[in-house]
Amino acid sequence: MKGEFHRGRIRFGGLILLLLLGTCIVTLPWTLRSSSNFYYDHQHTDSALLPPQMNTTWMWFGTSKLGQSLLGQCLAGGVISLTIGLAAAAISVFLGVTVGILAGYRGGWLDSLLMRIVDILYALPYILLVILFKIAMEKPLEKMLGSSAAANLVVLFLSIGLVSWLTMARVIRGQVLSLRTLPFIEAARAAGVPQYRIFLRHLLPNLIGPITVYATLTVPQAILQESLLSFLGIGIQKPMPTWGSLASDGLGLALAPVASCWWLLVFPCTLLGVTLLALNFVGDGLRDAFDPKAEASHI
Amino acid sequence: MTRFIAWRIVQLPLILAVVYLITFALVWLAPGSPYGNNDRALSEAAKNDLKARFHGENWEAFLAYYPWRIVAHGDFGPSLSYEGWSVNDVLSSALPVSISLGLFSILIALLCGCAAGVTAALHRGGILDLLSLSAALIGISLPPFVVAGMLIVIFSDGLHWLPSGGWGQFRHMILPAVALALMPMAYIARLTRVSMLDTLGHDFVRTARAKGLPKRTVVWKHAFRTAFLPVFTYLGPATAYAMTGSFVVETVFNIPGLGQHFVNGVKNRDQTLILGTVLVYAAFLLVLNLLVDIGYALIDPRIEITARPE
Repeated sequence: MKGEFHRGRIRFGGLILLLLLGTCIVTLPWTLRSSSNFYYDHQHTDSALLPPQMNTTWMWFGTSKLGQSLLGQCLAGGVISLTIGLAAAAISVFLGVTVGILAGYRGGWLDSLLMRIVDILYALPYILLVILFKIAMEKPLEKMLGSSAAANLVVLFLSIGLVSWLTMARVIRGQVLSLRTLPFIEAARAAGVPQYRIFLRHLLPNLIGPITVYATLTVPQAILQESLLSFLGIGIQKPMPTWGSLASDGLGLALAPVASCWWLLVFPCTLLGVTLLALNFVGDGLRDAFDPKAEASHI
Repeated sequence: MTRFIAWRIVQLPLILAVVYLITFALVWLAPGSPYGNNDRALSEAAKNDLKARFHGENWEAFLAYYPWRIVAHGDFGPSLSYEGWSVNDVLSSALPVSISLGLFSILIALLCGCAAGVTAALHRGGILDLLSLSAALIGISLPPFVVAGMLIVIFSDGLHWLPSGGWGQFRHMILPAVALALMPMAYIARLTRVSMLDTLGHDFVRTARAKGLPKRTVVWKHAFRTAFLPVFTYLGPATAYAMTGSFVVETVFNIPGLGQHFVNGVKNRDQTLILGTVLVYAAFLLVLNLLVDIGYALIDPRIEITARPE
């Protein structure tokens, strides 16, 4: 009964995510071709700030201040938002698992050092760190890649990813601490299995559960971070859209007391909210499914 | 206990020094010296001020003298982008605003979150449980600036109950604090619910009920005190969140807090301002985390914190 509940939630959330991501990716040929009406930066100068109209497809979501199709922007922005989330999750898995396993398995001064670093980074406000990384990396990357738009994107991926591995590292360390005293690890060590093999073949498979859970929960956080950065004007560069930057751009116009352009806020926000909700659904469902004490923690 | 506190207090300046080094490396070494070869031209007045205060005839002398000046005089130097302002001026005018907003919102989050969590745990599986949990999920799924915008539309433009911006009176603080409190409130509600459910299953709760104590006493005095511990440890990260989330909320509500100065500093590459802001934030949060740890030991008699240096 309980298992079905978890599975139901994971499937439901996963289905929504797949549908959203699928739509965004399938429509990329239109949202990225500059001649198409859906192109995210195709400015229809004569039709700026028009409300949604059902009879023309590219105006289903209305148009932006510069006359771009909001539908096209939302679709293209979805790809970027989700990529940022996934990239951050990938970096956090790589860094967090490496640090967690090293600290937990080796112990001693290495453990103390790594955990103090994690503590310090934890104590610093998240956004502050993201911004600092961004300042430091943007210029050198621009020189390396030769394009400021590409550098901006890569810097966003890296800086959000680089600050989101802390929870993962702590959780993995805790797991490894309890795993390494178990007989099968000791047996492996006694049999002379080299350390990297113990990590990869014996520890890692037992950590898949928490890794999946925290990776899933990192994605919505990273997407939210990006939206905050875009809101502060230091996120993604225009005209590239993300759901967060679309929502923050629309905020002022949508809140105007007279002639409110509600669609500029409602559509990106709904997409953002539904995605984050679905991701949290999947993450929570997975956590409960992997958690032996799930009885207490089913939320 | 004393040893633990003493060790943590010794650690404090060390951690701050590390934070200083990291920030310095990230902010200052990457874009280069403020005296030249930069995207931002430094005004003559600011340049002279820098030289006068830091004996900084050249870049190397300045690098060597700057940290000493901070330690000895608490002087972060002139702001490189706000003309005529020193970083200390900016900090002393904006920091109280940010801190009071952040702490007020944490207070709201704590009170409402605990109440919602306990209610949900007591009515497990019922309507109230479902309601508070869905509210919590929505709370962590919307960006704070959207929440802030919706609050303005409803309570300011629609009902005319509260002002939509500004600062100075208590009523200016309510909407921004609520917008900021939503996310930590959601986490606190979920944490409280889980740990409350866990605690209510323990024997001591049944014993207390069996000896005839009223339900309210058992719930709040016996169970909640134990269930509160995980929530208490979350207070550190929650405050960190509130202090940074305030960057965004301050912009929406047009509040003269530290957030906008920091963001402006980043946009204008105002290194002294960035460094000052980061250090002050870090110091504030570290002290707060220390207080949380001490409070943790005081609340839970079972916990004996040992000194860390193994």
